[in-house]
Amino acid sequence: MTTYVLRRLVLMVPVAFLVTIGVFMLIHLTPGDPALILLGEDRSPQAIAAIHQQLGLDKPLYVQYVIWLGHIVHGDLGRSITTHQPVTTAISERLPATLELGAVALIWSLLVAIPLGTIAAVRRGSLADHLATGLAVGGVSIPNFFIGIVLIFFLSVTLRLFPFGGYVPFNQDPFENLRHVILPAIALGTAGAAINMRFTRSSMIEVLNQDYIRTARAKGAPWRRVVFIHALKNALIPVVTIVGLQIGGIIEGAVVTETVFTWPGVGRLAVESIFNRDYTVVQGIVLLAAFSYLVANLLVDLVYGWLDPRISFA
Amino acid sequence: MSTAPALVATQASIRETRIHLLELGRTHPRVILAGSLVLLLFLIALLAPFISPHDPIAVNADNAYLPPLSPSHLLGTDELGRDLFSRVLWGARVSLPVAFVAVAVGLVAGGVIGLISGYFGGVIDLLLMRLVDALLAFPALILAIAIVAALGPDLRNAMIAIGIVAIPVYARLVRALVLQLKQVEFIAATRSLGATPLRLIVRHMIPNLLNPIIVQVSLSAGFAILAEATLSFLGLGAQVPTPDWGQMINSGATFLANDPWLAIVPGAAISVTVFSFNLLGDSLRDALDPRLRS
Repeated sequence: MTTYVLRRLVLMVPVAFLVTIGVFMLIHLTPGDPALILLGEDRSPQAIAAIHQQLGLDKPLYVQYVIWLGHIVHGDLGRSITTHQPVTTAISERLPATLELGAVALIWSLLVAIPLGTIAAVRRGSLADHLATGLAVGGVSIPNFFIGIVLIFFLSVTLRLFPFGGYVPFNQDPFENLRHVILPAIALGTAGAAINMRFTRSSMIEVLNQDYIRTARAKGAPWRRVVFIHALKNALIPVVTIVGLQIGGIIEGAVVTETVFTWPGVGRLAVESIFNRDYTVVQGIVLLAAFSYLVANLLVDLVYGWLDPRISFA
Repeated sequence: MSTAPALVATQASIRETRIHLLELGRTHPRVILAGSLVLLLFLIALLAPFISPHDPIAVNADNAYLPPLSPSHLLGTDELGRDLFSRVLWGARVSLPVAFVAVAVGLVAGGVIGLISGYFGGVIDLLLMRLVDALLAFPALILAIAIVAALGPDLRNAMIAIGIVAIPVYARLVRALVLQLKQVEFIAATRSLGATPLRLIVRHMIPNLLNPIIVQVSLSAGFAILAEATLSFLGLGAQVPTPDWGQMINSGATFLANDPWLAIVPGAAISVTVFSFNLLGDSLRDALDPRLRS
C-alpha cells in the first residue's frame, strides 16, 4: 500500500508540473497588456515599463515561470490586478461559501440518487426503472443554470418560498442561510444526482446477482434487509469513486450556479475576474480547481482500494 | 501469464461489434428514436432560414414582450420585439455547428494522439499520456472557461476551447482501443506480412475503432452543446445579437417575473437537444457494446 501511494505521488509530480505550465501559459497567451489595465488613463511608455519591471514582465518567459512557480510553492498566488488584494486571501474569503454550496448540493444529489437508484435496480425493467433511467439522462442534459432559472421562477417568483439569490452567513442567521442555499444546491446537485443514480443502479444490479445475496435470501433474511444492509453497502463502493470526483470538481459547477444565484463564492469570483481581466485571480482559481481535482483523483483511488479489499495495490 | 483467453475475447468482441444499421433499428428501437430526434434537429438547423417566420435579429420595439400564441408570433417576442420562435430555430444553427467543430477538433487531435501513443508505445506513449493526464487534471468546464478567457470571449474561441477539452477523452479512448487491437492476431499477421504502420493504422485499425468512437462522438456532442450554452450564458461565447440559446437565457432571465418564456423556451431547446444526443450515445452504447448486450 505504501509503495502504491508513493508511486501515485511520484506519477502526480510530472502531471502537476505540466498543469502549472499550462495555467501559466494560458494567462500569458492572453491578448492585452496587464500594465494597461493597471494604469488606467496614464499610459506613458515610462509608466508601462515601470509596471512591467514591477511585475517581472520584462524578463524572459521561462524566468517569469520559474519565479511564479517559486511563489506558488510558497503559497503565494500573487495579487489581484484590480483590487491589489492577495489572490490567496480573495479565494479563501470566498471558499467557505462555495464549500457550503457544494456540500449541500452533494447531500441533495445522494438523497435523490441512492433511493432512486436502488428502487430502479430492485425493480429492474419496471415503470419505476424506466422513469428513473429517463430522469437520469434528463438530469445530465438540462444545464444547471437553466434548472436554477426554472427554480427561481417557480419557487421564488411565483410561490415566494425562497429568496431569488444572495447569501446570508450561517453564523449570522442559520435559518436564512439554509433558505438561501437550497435552490442553488438543487440546481448544482441535479446533474450529480443523475450520474450517482446511474452508478447506484448499475452497481446494485451487479451486486444483487451475486451468490452471497442468494445465500442471504436462502437463509431467510427479509428482502428489505438483504437490499438495504447486505447489498447496498457493497453497491455504494463504485459510487464513492464518482462522488469523490464530484467533490474535486465543486468549483466547476459552482461557476455557473453562483452566477445565477449571486452566491459570493469562488465560482462567481472567477467569472467576475474574467470580465475585469484580473488574470492573476483567474490563474489562481484555475490552479486551485485543477489541483483539487488531481488530489481528489488520488484520494478516490486510495479510498476505493481501502473500501474494496479485492482491489490489489501490487 | 497466458494471454490466450484475452486474445480470443478481444477477437470475439471486435467481430460482434459489426452490426448492420437495419438490424440495429430492429433490435434497439431507442437508437432509431434518438437518431430521428438528432436528425430532426439537424434539419431544423439546415432549414432555419426557410422555415423561420421572421428575421431572428430584426428589432421591432412596437412588438416587444408579446406572449406566446400571439398572432404571427407562435412563441411571442422578446424585449426588442424579435420573434422568439425564429430565434430558437436559428439557435440550432449556432449550437449544432459549434458541437460539430468542437467534436471534430477533439476527435482528430485526440485520435491522432491516441493512435500514436497506443501504436508506438514506449517513451512516446509515456510523454503523450502525461500531457493527456495534465489536460484531464482540469475540470472540463474550468478548462474551457480558462481557454476562452485567455483567447477572448467569442463563438469561435468557445468552439476551440470545447474542442481542446474533448482531446484527452478521445486520446485515452483511442489509445485503449489500439492497445487492445494490437493483441489481435490479424493485426499481428498483417504486420508480419510487411504492412507499413500507416497502412496498418488506416486500413486495419481505424475501421475497427469506429463503433466505440461513434458512441463517444454522440456523447461529446451533447457535452459540447451544453458547454457552448454555458459559455454563452456567462457571456463568454456567442455575443449579441447572435440568436444563441445560452445567450438568450441570459438576457431572458432578467425578465423572469413577467415574461418567463424568454428564458424557458431557449432552455427547453438546449435541454431537448442535449437529451437527444445523450440518448443517442447511450442507446448506441447499449446496442454496440457486446458486454452490455443482453
